[in-house]
Amino acid sequence: MNGADPVAMTAVYDVAVVGGGPAGLAAAACAAEHGARVVAIDQGARPGGQVWRHAHRNHLPALGREWIQRCDRSGARWLPGAAVVDGSARDGLVVVQRAESFLVRARHIVIATGARELFLPFPGWTLPNVLGLGGAKALLDAGMTVRGRRVVIAGTGPLLFAVAATMARAGAHVAAVAEQAPRLRVARFAASLLRHPGKMLQGARYRATFARTRFRPGTWISRAEGTGRLERVVLTNGERTWTEPCDLLCCSYGLVPNTDLARLLGCTVNDGVVKVDEHQRTSDPCIYCAGEPTGVAGDTAALVEGEIAGRCAADDATLQKGSPLYVARDRWRRFTTDLAAAFHPRGELLERPDAGTIVCRCEDVRCGGIDPRWTGRQAKLYTRIGMGPCQGAVCGPACHLLFGFAPGSTRPPLAAPPLAALLPDLPDCTKL
Amino acid sequence: MAEPHPDVVIVGAGIVGAACALALARERLRVLVLDSHFAGAGSTSAAMGHIVVMDDSEAQLALTARSRQLWSGMAPELPADCEDECRGTLWLATSEADMQAAATRQASYARRGIEASVIDVGELARLEPNLRPGLAGALHVPGDRVLYPPAVARRLLEHARQLGATLREGCTAQDVRARTVIVQDSGGSVATIAAGAVLIASGIDAPRLIPELPVIPRKGHLLITDRYPSLCHSQLVELGYLRSAHTMSGASVAFNVQPRATGQLLIGSARELTGRDPAINHALLGDMLRRAIEFLPALAGCAAVRVWTGFRPATPDKLPLIGRWDAMDDVWIAAGHEGLGITMAPGTAEMIVSLMMGRTPPVDPLPFSPTRVLAASPPQCAE
Amino acid sequence: MMSRRFEIVVDGRPIAATGDRTLAAALLNAGIVRFRTSVTGEARAPLCGMGSCFECRVRVNGVAHQRACLLVCEEGMIVETES
Repeated sequence: MNGADPVAMTAVYDVAVVGGGPAGLAAAACAAEHGARVVAIDQGARPGGQVWRHAHRNHLPALGREWIQRCDRSGARWLPGAAVVDGSARDGLVVVQRAESFLVRARHIVIATGARELFLPFPGWTLPNVLGLGGAKALLDAGMTVRGRRVVIAGTGPLLFAVAATMARAGAHVAAVAEQAPRLRVARFAASLLRHPGKMLQGARYRATFARTRFRPGTWISRAEGTGRLERVVLTNGERTWTEPCDLLCCSYGLVPNTDLARLLGCTVNDGVVKVDEHQRTSDPCIYCAGEPTGVAGDTAALVEGEIAGRCAADDATLQKGSPLYVARDRWRRFTTDLAAAFHPRGELLERPDAGTIVCRCEDVRCGGIDPRWTGRQAKLYTRIGMGPCQGAVCGPACHLLFGFAPGSTRPPLAAPPLAALLPDLPDCTKL
Repeated sequence: MAEPHPDVVIVGAGIVGAACALALARERLRVLVLDSHFAGAGSTSAAMGHIVVMDDSEAQLALTARSRQLWSGMAPELPADCEDECRGTLWLATSEADMQAAATRQASYARRGIEASVIDVGELARLEPNLRPGLAGALHVPGDRVLYPPAVARRLLEHARQLGATLREGCTAQDVRARTVIVQDSGGSVATIAAGAVLIASGIDAPRLIPELPVIPRKGHLLITDRYPSLCHSQLVELGYLRSAHTMSGASVAFNVQPRATGQLLIGSARELTGRDPAINHALLGDMLRRAIEFLPALAGCAAVRVWTGFRPATPDKLPLIGRWDAMDDVWIAAGHEGLGITMAPGTAEMIVSLMMGRTPPVDPLPFSPTRVLAASPPQCAE
Repeated sequence: MMSRRFEIVVDGRPIAATGDRTLAAALLNAGIVRFRTSVTGEARAPLCGMGSCFECRVRVNGVAHQRACLLVCEEGMIVETES
């Protein structure tokens, strides 16, 4: 970044929030309510992130609608369809919105970049009409119709339930619901929800919505088959194997924190999780992080953490350490452990890929082309795995589990922007 | 696993070390190759993979020409992941002065049997319709090639191992003496390797073993785009590139765009002397990209997938050090190729093997002799 | 103003769309199976629905490699897939 001219230097926000899901909404709204000049940078066309993606506001759950309206009223400036592609806390964030690129400068940054799905490859997973669980939810919320389609829901975690329910409600025939976690672990997790009665009730409602379909724990996808598109899946519970005809498969194995921006900005990231202190501050005192990048714990935790981060970034002195907000946050954080204990992917899932199974979808690197004795970097250089546009977003977590590859370095640009975004002398966003 | 007493131990499994390993293994010598990381992990991993004849000096022209010929000969054996293609280079002229320089170059190439022709702006537009209007023409060198260096280093070493060579990765050379290398492995244990000869092919790390070697890291930036297969067909370089590669101080950029077999575009070139910090220099990157867009405007809208940096092992006289290191018995050097390491790898290997076996190399080795360092005054360039 | 219906052009044919639908959803609803062709020739379609996987890339208004799941349908949009 070049040195900026003195006039532009004054055009600095107090807080820049990156991400428009629960954590980002809470951070932006609360910081702005406290008097800070706030700008929020969100990839989505509308606020809400993944959890509150919507076509119409009246489709939103009440909590989502409330926070979005609160953010509207707070005075925070919203930049939709915008991605941070480069930058530093000191020199500003390089943002691309449509074909325009510009700099956003702020005294504090709140990273609220959420999480993405963990995909584990299996034969046939690249067929059209194989989606992730989150992918299915996102596309349904974005207007995809599934009435009359024959769907198999598989993978793991609470999202499995939610998507099965959403599919049923949308008129799809839910042919099978397969949770890879063993029955006992699922039962224990369900029992642990007694601590979070709201979530237990939500789970029960979901189950009722797809009541006609048998819920099968300890069951997973062996492979997907079809010519040019998905036509059937083969399911297994380790003893029995059977085929289920279907034209849509929704399958993924949990959530992975999106830590790329945190890495790019130089924040400490350990074991795939952004390290934060009790005030949601990262290793860089100007940068905060809230929600899933600090550990996957769900939307309620994200809201609380977003509020803490936003208020701290806005120098809210009224926020005390013992306040109910911190207590609530610590309580919701424990949900991370419950989730991880219940739904971690079982060993059999790592044996699914055969030599011909594609591991890197961007570069069509097949499992047989990877020598497990290589380091991650070696595999990348020799086969191009992780070198495509997604930069390892999909294959990285899978390769970590399959081969023990450590994540590689994060380099700019993020999100494959037009080259022009990396030119010098970008305009400041306050001038646009 | 390890050779009891190799004939040659090679320090560095980059493209130069790999090519030397294969050439020596072909002579039925027992070869042990050491690398502190893995084959192709160093400068080779960041390199552009442009096989290009260049005539900054007669010596450079001789070695790049011979080496390119050797690459052409290897082409049928290189597996698909090496992405070897005969793309040719178009050296772009922006002025009459450039066109004259092109003509001079064409003549010097012709004397060496390198096919090259000066083409006018009309022909240039026909070959590369996406170049901006207003250029003066170009020098077309159709025999130049493009390949993917890390995969090539890997495959050359695999071939060498099939012929009996051994590779020890995660093995860092700490010290070199006559016919001896002291190494430390990733576990921390130290060992002494005795060999018939030692060949240092560790690029920017060569001075760690022999501090007198005037090899300094010259940092470059590269950017790769998503796939745009028809944007350009040859490697496109501005004739002013040599002005950038010439200067040993300061920072400079030059237009240099390569179409890859994948359909992606690889964009360079930048040069700066800032030690070994791999961090991206945004200002210099921006200048490099602005230059690229000046020549190829469509690049502005292309999706930029990744940026990275790398270090060229540069020497003050712009020629690599290839040959015997007289200050130590049976110690040889093959390092300091700056931006021509990939191009010159097979020619370097041939030269080393010829000298080691007492044969006359096809290319005159004198200009490359490491002895010139011992005779010269201290290096001009500061890090 | 909600759900105004309009047309976008996909591979030369008109497709119904609304302004609250993403391009990926509209293309899936229109029966598009091959959004893009992979490096070794496979048909690919959306996977993650949220901009991470890059599988839903299509050409929009002449610009290649646009992620359909991140774009909202706009009247007059011209889309080319690899179907």
